[in-house]
Amino acid sequence: MGKITIVKAINQALAEEMARDEDVVLLGEDIGQDGGVFRVTDGLLEKFGPQRVMDTPLAELAIAGTAIGMAVYGLRPVAEIQFMGFTYGALEQVFSHASRIRSRSRGRFTCPMVIRTPYGIGIKAPELHSESAESLYCHMPGIKVVAPSTPYNAKGLLISAIRDDDMVLFMEPASIYRAIKAEVPTENYAIPLGKAAIMQEGDEITLVSWGAMLHKAMEASEGFDCEIIDLMTLKPFDEEAILESVRKTGRLVIVHEATKNCGLGAEIAALVAEEALFYLKAPVLRVAGPEAVTPMASLEDEYVPKVARIREALKDVMKY
Amino acid sequence: MSTKSDVNFSPEDLAAIPQKALLELYTTMLRIRLFEEKIVELYPEQEMKCPVHLCIGQEAIAAGVCRNLKKDDYMVSNHRGHGHGIAKGISMKVLFAEFYGRTTGCSKGKGGSMHIIDTSQGILGTSAIVGGGIPMAVGTGLSSRIKKDKRVSVVFFGDGAFDEGVFYESFNFASLKKLPVVFVCENNFYATNSRQSSRQSSCEIANSARAFGAPGMCVDGNNVVEVYKAADQAVKLARSGGGPSLIEATTYRWKGHVGPDVDYEKGARTEEELIYWMKRCPVKNFEKALREGGIVTGETLDAIPQAIFTELDEALSFAIKSPYPKPEALYEDLYNI
Ligand SMILES: Cc1ncc(C[n+]2csc(CCOP(=O)(O)OP(=O)(O)O)c2C)c(N)n1
Ligand SMILES: [Mg+2]
Repeated sequence: MGKITIVKAINQALAEEMARDEDVVLLGEDIGQDGGVFRVTDGLLEKFGPQRVMDTPLAELAIAGTAIGMAVYGLRPVAEIQFMGFTYGALEQVFSHASRIRSRSRGRFTCPMVIRTPYGIGIKAPELHSESAESLYCHMPGIKVVAPSTPYNAKGLLISAIRDDDMVLFMEPASIYRAIKAEVPTENYAIPLGKAAIMQEGDEITLVSWGAMLHKAMEASEGFDCEIIDLMTLKPFDEEAILESVRKTGRLVIVHEATKNCGLGAEIAALVAEEALFYLKAPVLRVAGPEAVTPMASLEDEYVPKVARIREALKDVMKY
Repeated sequence: MSTKSDVNFSPEDLAAIPQKALLELYTTMLRIRLFEEKIVELYPEQEMKCPVHLCIGQEAIAAGVCRNLKKDDYMVSNHRGHGHGIAKGISMKVLFAEFYGRTTGCSKGKGGSMHIIDTSQGILGTSAIVGGGIPMAVGTGLSSRIKKDKRVSVVFFGDGAFDEGVFYESFNFASLKKLPVVFVCENNFYATNSRQSSRQSSCEIANSARAFGAPGMCVDGNNVVEVYKAADQAVKLARSGGGPSLIEATTYRWKGHVGPDVDYEKGARTEEELIYWMKRCPVKNFEKALREGGIVTGETLDAIPQAIFTELDEALSFAIKSPYPKPEALYEDLYNI
């Protein structure tokens, strides 16, 4: 054990899986010599050599597409895209091919690849360096989406993502890459995909969040009797954990950083409307990003769901 | 990597180009250089609200290309775009105001240094996406063809953008339709910390144009006269309906990929390499040629920096006096309903 950051935890997960399975290969822009924009792959080139930690051309579409071919061959590529906004240039390969390889080959192939990418606002970066685009990916059938929130779950979830036989988009919360340090087992462990974590039990409000926003939600919950759920896997997400909690609390607040419109919060709210409507005591509330382009630093605060806004929502649902 | 150790200006070229043009080329380069050096000086105060990609060492390309453009010709730039903007006519005021995050900035203080735009000068804007602007220039070129407006579209991009598929798709389209577009690749041999040779199989950027049936020229991007001449040819070809050209201009950025500091201690690039290229300074070498060739009087040359310092001071005080955007500005300019 030892206290480490999310960056270090991801680095450990990569190193351990690469040591365990020689078919795990990393590729991406500046990930070798440079260790990546955020130094997540630091030291791995020295450890595993240039065949397994590969600097690529500056070509996101080709990175994603090449990873698909490697996955179909039977390797386990882990591609890094420098920022989530740069994955937009890779979407054609991800949506038109990676997501459908299993279906298109009628199960003869799977697509065991991971795309790792930092996401989210709060690092004082400009447009397209602060995106939270999870719902695009969640919407596309055939892709799994994971967003860790702590060093512990970052390591365990990435290990599962690498071992998974389908394409996993692994969204790394850039704003807390180094902001929190926590104890993480030095031995190899996997946290299963598709399962949420109950961070705190409570009886009056179910508070669902993930990634960097989870910490804001937890901070905001002080003084309320919240059951806090860290969703962790955004697709397919743990419906049962949410429903079970809402059946108990009768209130639901969802916090995410992405634009509210068609965000994942809408899907969660719809699920509860379909499956647990008569348990609800209050309207379901979402605290989310506005419909706006992620701005440069000076307007970040206006964009991002603040603790105060989350507390307002918690107060509101307690009025019922 | 280029092996030319000096920047040589041919006396015939210097004689053939009007003195006024030569002086303007020099002044533009110096304006860009002093603008960037001002950022280096002030950036540590942390009042500029955005990352900055400086083009110190690369000034000749923007200056040499844009001297051939008219005000209503179009220009698309990239993340390293201060020089392109200045050479095409944007004012330093709206640039500094943008970097300081003020409403008077060219992107209303909401974009930062990678969001340079001035439609009154034909500057169509930039984004952070490497290669992202290339097809836009093809689109404006195609429109100019349809509307017969005789405008030329120029797009600046780096050797890194040459890795992206969008370049090939766009160049082919432009060449197929013989569009009035000039593609200018600023080859500084690196994309962030990756060398061109670690990313590209042949490193023959200019030659690739041949595969598309268009002319490609490789010029010394630290020699403003060479750049000017190549761009003159390309712009004339474009304007007369002869189609696109690809100009590869080799150069070197003196600072790190982003920010005001040099980067050789970090190991990706060496100090020797930087020293080699600093000797090939596009501004100093050209000044020397103008001075020693008796093309421009020492008196005239000596007076230029002071005028630029005044311009910089005015621009800065304009920026600093301007207001920050209100929070509501976040919701503006999305779409109309
Ligand atoms: C699509 C995309 N991928 C990656 C990046 C990150 N990035 C920003 S600039 C840059 C290098 C660009 O190199 P080059 O085109 O040669 O321009 P230079 O910085 O050398 O002027 C990279 C990789 C980006 N902004 N956009
Ligand atoms: Mg470059």
